[in-house]
Amino acid sequence: MKSWYLFRLFTRELRNQRKRIALTVSGIAWGTLSIILLLAFGEGLKLQLGKADHGLGVNIVMLYGGQTSKVYQGLPRGRNIRFTEEDVQLLKDKIPQITGISGEYDMYGETLTYGNTTLTERVTGVLPPFEYMRSHYPQAGGRFINPIDVDQRRRVIFLGNSLKQRLMGDEPKPIGKTITLNGIPFTVIGIMQEKMQMSMYGGPDADKATIPATTLESLDGRRYVNRIVYQVNRTEMAPVVEQQAFEILGKKYRFDPSDKKAIFVWNTIEQRQVFSNMLTGIQLFLGLIGALTLLIASVGVANIMYVSVKERTREIGVKRALGAKRKHIKQQFIMEALLIAVVGGAIGGTVSLVLIKILQGIPVGSGPLQLLGKPTFSWPIAISTALILGIVGLAAGYFPAKRAAKVDPVESLRYE
Amino acid sequence: MIQMENITRHYDTGKIKVKALRGIDLTINEGEFAAIMGPSGSGKSTLMHIIGCLDTPTSGNYTLDTKKVNSLSDNQLADIRNQKIGFVFQSFNLLPYASAYENVELPLIFAGIRTAERKKRVTNLLERVGLADRMDHRPGELSGGQQQRVAIARSLVNNPRIILADEPTGNLDSKSGAEIMELFIDLWKQGNTIVMITHDPNVSEYCQRIINLKDGAIENGFYTKNGNGVHGE
Repeated sequence: MKSWYLFRLFTRELRNQRKRIALTVSGIAWGTLSIILLLAFGEGLKLQLGKADHGLGVNIVMLYGGQTSKVYQGLPRGRNIRFTEEDVQLLKDKIPQITGISGEYDMYGETLTYGNTTLTERVTGVLPPFEYMRSHYPQAGGRFINPIDVDQRRRVIFLGNSLKQRLMGDEPKPIGKTITLNGIPFTVIGIMQEKMQMSMYGGPDADKATIPATTLESLDGRRYVNRIVYQVNRTEMAPVVEQQAFEILGKKYRFDPSDKKAIFVWNTIEQRQVFSNMLTGIQLFLGLIGALTLLIASVGVANIMYVSVKERTREIGVKRALGAKRKHIKQQFIMEALLIAVVGGAIGGTVSLVLIKILQGIPVGSGPLQLLGKPTFSWPIAISTALILGIVGLAAGYFPAKRAAKVDPVESLRYE
Repeated sequence: MIQMENITRHYDTGKIKVKALRGIDLTINEGEFAAIMGPSGSGKSTLMHIIGCLDTPTSGNYTLDTKKVNSLSDNQLADIRNQKIGFVFQSFNLLPYASAYENVELPLIFAGIRTAERKKRVTNLLERVGLADRMDHRPGELSGGQQQRVAIARSLVNNPRIILADEPTGNLDSKSGAEIMELFIDLWKQGNTIVMITHDPNVSEYCQRIINLKDGAIENGFYTKNGNGVHGE
């Protein structure tokens, strides 16, 4: 095959300019390395931040009772709206898109005692869906609050992992042990799995204890939940569900469904969207930096190609005399530049993959490295890098090739 | 075969206008072995470049093998060089990193000939110029005479209508030079048309016809005693 012939000659010629080619190839390899690593760090950051974001919960919206700001059905503005467990049930029954819902009672400054240790901590009262809505997953051997606990108002308690450490130390079997809450004995049923949590209210989940909402009600006779947390089945349903919640609760408490002050809404889904856009922006930025590095490398390739054209002017003339068309000459130089790009890209790609593997193996602890120290390779990264490499190779070859094709055979043969 | 009418070639290099050729009328018939002679600056090379379709005349008509060359495109000229003309240069002009075999193969690549056919032709030609055992050698591993043989094989590989040789023995010692001239004579006797540029009278003695150039015009031209039908019979 023709291209095979050209390729063979080209590789043979490469050996004559080994050092120069090696430098150019390493330039491309370096560019590829930086673009892949930057993108991989961006990807890793995105994944880790995503995980951290899930620490609060997945697809959840929180409703806080507010104050009406519109006159409605003869009622004045400025009325306080507060929610009860009945409202939780009402929303659950009326809105099919809700896949989980729970009221949440907050208690601050509660006394927890285990053995000789006494702590003053935060305790919340919730329903079982909290487990999957707010990522309160138990470590092996334990469980979260279940419906029977709620029905029977059991005195069971689920501890945040960090709280457990402070309260019970390294106690190997905390499940089933009894601790006291304000002097009342509770059985520990589960310890939360360690998780990254970026957004929070009241404090990190790892530092609090959770008991059944009904148990909490019976302890201090509360009526009003501090907030309602619900999860929607699909992110795009969130606005619809919110609208419905306003209508249902508005009807019950007689406020204008369009009164945005009546209920304060914390929509983590919207927040995630903004966040995700920001991360995509960061990744684009990182990719751009990488691409610019590669571009500099491509200037090197173009440079060497120009020198190569100059040095081979005579050879070009000879080929033209033997019947090479301009396109043959062009092809040759473009192919050389592409080959340099491909070889450099392959080397850079391999090295960066190895580096990513190594970096992923290094433990990151829980500092800022938790977010940055996990570069992740993905196919979109590979494809975009290959694409940029191809463009860079073509661009680096195109202009020198154009000049080569313009070489006048008579001129180039004249100088012996 | 070659018909030139009032060919001129002017170079316009800024301030100076060079009239390299000032009206050449020349006909070279099929099967001729012609030497173009003249002092340097007489326009030999320019004439050869025009005959070889590397350059186009400023004015005048040039017909090669019944085809008018004046008005052809760059690609068409490349095809003519590839198919109808075989170049042999003074400095051989082989690709240094390619073997003898690959050097001869090159014009076939541009012609788009298939591998099997290429192999047949290249092997055949290298045998014919006596380099059957040197096919895999690079030019640097060959003597000057051998390199010129490779170049001659290369010029023949597309069965051209005409072989254009520019001082083919200029870089060779007299013994190798004589051998190369023998090779050209053989080729001529086999029916090839050869136009050779030289300023060496010894070389021109091998030729059938001598054309003397001076100041871009033909001073005189005549057939030598070799012309008495060595070939035509």
